[in-house]
Amino acid sequence: MIKCNRQGPVWIFAEQESGKLSDVPLELMSKGRELADKLNVKLTMILLGQGVEDLAKHLAAYGPDEVIYAEHPLLKDYQSTSYAKVLCNLIEKYEPQIVLYGATAIGRDLAPRVASQMRAGLTADCTDLQIGDHEEKDGTVHKKLMYQIRPAFGGNIIATIINYDRWPQMATVREGVMPMPEPIGSNNCKIITEKVHLSPEDLALKILEKHRQEKKVNLKAARIIVSGGAGVGSRENFKLIWELANSLGAAVGASRAAVDLGFCDKDHQVGQTGTTVRPALYIAIGISGAVQHRAGMQESAKIVAINNDPEAPIFQIAHYGIVGDLNDVVPKMIKAVRERV
Amino acid sequence: MGYNCVVLTKQVPDTKAVTAKAMKDDGTVNRAALPAIFNPEDLHALEEALMIKDQYGGTVTVITMGPPNACNILRDAYERGADRCILVSDRRAAASDTLATSYILSCAVRKVGDFDIVLCGRQAIDGDTAQVGPQAAEKLGIPQITYLEELVSLNNNHIVVRRNVGNGWELVQSKLPVLITVIDSANVPRSPAAKRIMKYKKARAAIEVKKEIAGENNADDPEIAKQIEQKCNELKAKGLLIEHWNLDDIDADLQWCGRDGSPTKVHRIQAVVLKGEGHKQFEPSEDGVRELVHELIEEHTIG
Ligand SMILES: Cc1cc2nc3c(=O)[nH]c(=O)nc-3n(C[C@H](O)[C@H](O)[C@H](O)COP(=O)(O)OP(=O)(O)OC[C@H]3O[C@@H](n4cnc5c(N)ncnc54)[C@H](O)[C@@H]3O)c2cc1C
Ligand SMILES: Cc1cc2nc3c(=O)[nH]c(=O)nc-3n(C[C@H](O)[C@H](O)[C@H](O)COP(=O)(O)OP(=O)(O)OC[C@H]3O[C@@H](n4cnc5c(N)ncnc54)[C@H](O)[C@@H]3O)c2cc1C
Repeated sequence: MIKCNRQGPVWIFAEQESGKLSDVPLELMSKGRELADKLNVKLTMILLGQGVEDLAKHLAAYGPDEVIYAEHPLLKDYQSTSYAKVLCNLIEKYEPQIVLYGATAIGRDLAPRVASQMRAGLTADCTDLQIGDHEEKDGTVHKKLMYQIRPAFGGNIIATIINYDRWPQMATVREGVMPMPEPIGSNNCKIITEKVHLSPEDLALKILEKHRQEKKVNLKAARIIVSGGAGVGSRENFKLIWELANSLGAAVGASRAAVDLGFCDKDHQVGQTGTTVRPALYIAIGISGAVQHRAGMQESAKIVAINNDPEAPIFQIAHYGIVGDLNDVVPKMIKAVRERV
Repeated sequence: MGYNCVVLTKQVPDTKAVTAKAMKDDGTVNRAALPAIFNPEDLHALEEALMIKDQYGGTVTVITMGPPNACNILRDAYERGADRCILVSDRRAAASDTLATSYILSCAVRKVGDFDIVLCGRQAIDGDTAQVGPQAAEKLGIPQITYLEELVSLNNNHIVVRRNVGNGWELVQSKLPVLITVIDSANVPRSPAAKRIMKYKKARAAIEVKKEIAGENNADDPEIAKQIEQKCNELKAKGLLIEHWNLDDIDADLQWCGRDGSPTKVHRIQAVVLKGEGHKQFEPSEDGVRELVHELIEEHTIG
């Protein structure tokens, strides 16, 4: 752990693989800026890898105050032990007060290892971050802490977690819950390079093979999403969902039940264990609105629900609702959209 | 030959069972209405360990940290094939965050000693952090392999694992000892064997025996204490006494345990209450649907 350094910067871990940045560090930019400004400290992005100088410049265009990057041949592939070692050394050197990671496969492997090594706190899978005060039972007040806001208990509660004594304050942040910014172009961002000392013993694993596939469906970028659930009944009938989506120029989403029943491929799943989306319009058809599904779509600007059960929880977060049989309503809707009433 | 596996398992409230019935009128969750279950992914971690034992020999030790009634999942683990089950239970461990939990569990694993592979579920369905596995690995000073989907090979103290990283997979090799977190697509957990159920449903930790025999009475009463001791000895002789370790037994440094050992603190908890602000309802008729589409166009939601 490091001392509570009130001048310490706000850090964002800029996760990359094979020179490709993950989305979350960029999604974290505007929130990171807000936190840094409230604390009156610098916003810094931390980049590790091999041959990442160009990526550091690319990051600078998104408007952090600093990009610190560390290059080493042994950092080419992500591994928990080597990355944790380098990151812990940097944390000890710079004493950031906040370190943020994406709640990705890599972020959730790395951040707990770093937290354990630093004996610092770590809050998982946050959906929001704020600055605020905390009063202990004995009346001691801790000012300007990071509120780490996260769903837990299967999404049934929202907890606000703080860490006032064993810093840095660290959190992983769920993908897709914060908007993706545009680069703001040139600014006064300082790019700093750091020397790394690693030896082969620092690599605990040997990576024998690596396969990555781009998701075929890009739900996060879609402005409109038409999603079908178990109520659609069959893969055959799921054509209704595709047709409505086509007529609207929308992407197709699905509940986990629809995926598990084989109506639709897993890439389309929206929710806690699928993609988190925030489109301008989300149309939920034959979806009951379980908490794990809502977790992935409730930030949508407008929600339309079509369900034959007036008690379905989805109606409680919908802006517009139709209680009826989807087999009857959806064709009518396709027709109405095509005619552009 | 053979490999010694230690499986970390957690008893959790069944958060999937949060249906309308488990909700209170004010919209909060009625936890008491939720059954306590074996954390789903931990069953897959246990199965992976049992498969290793079936193929290569060795032992399977199961540890859980929790209140005494977490013995329910230890009995379940025995019934499925575990060799040894240990309850780590201590009031001073209450309010542990993931850092303190992983520290305490790492002390317990060290006390078991001579382990080759530590297995965890990827994530528990209540705390939902997926942090305990990697943190326990760091505390034990061993490598971690997260998200195991398939154990590809195990020989000469090397393990090769296919891990699922969401947008793809990789094959990684590690030396032993190693800590592995297991996801639910890794295997299909076996059911408890009928013969083992008959035997192990009687397994108890001393603290349970005490409660069952003493009930509301004073357990220190010499007569009752004697009965308790007798029962425990009987169970022990049959290999049915679930070991119970407290923080002293595992040499845990109290400054890293419980509330004091936990850097994260809860500032506030809110139940997710559905907004229910009311939505605009349209008829399922041709006209109703037209009106809805019209409104979406008017407000420029669709173009
Ligand atoms: C609402 C809420 C929010 C919380 N948020 C955080 C947070 O953000 N950060 C934080 O540090 N703590 C947090 N905690 C505390 C945390 O839930 C507990 O420390 C818990 O004991 C372990 O975390 P988990 O349930 O997330 O387990 P996970 O890390 O998800 O569990 C992974 C695996 O570790 C093993 N394991 C976990 N617990 C045990 C155990 N008791 N015995 C044996 N094996 C085990 C199992 O194999 C399990 O599958 C939170 C608690 C609550 C109630
Ligand atoms: C750890 C965990 C993670 C999860 N992650 C996700 C996730 O990422 N995404 C996700 O979606 N779920 C997830 N789930 C599952 C979730 O709990 C629900 O089971 C799932 O969302 C239900 O899908 P559904 O609404 O399609 O099905 P159901 O709940 O079965 O609902 C079907 C709905 O269709 C309606 N219906 C039926 N027939 C018709 C008809 N003819 N016309 C109109 N309406 C009709 C019914 O009234 C009902 O409301 C997760 C669960 C767990 C435990």
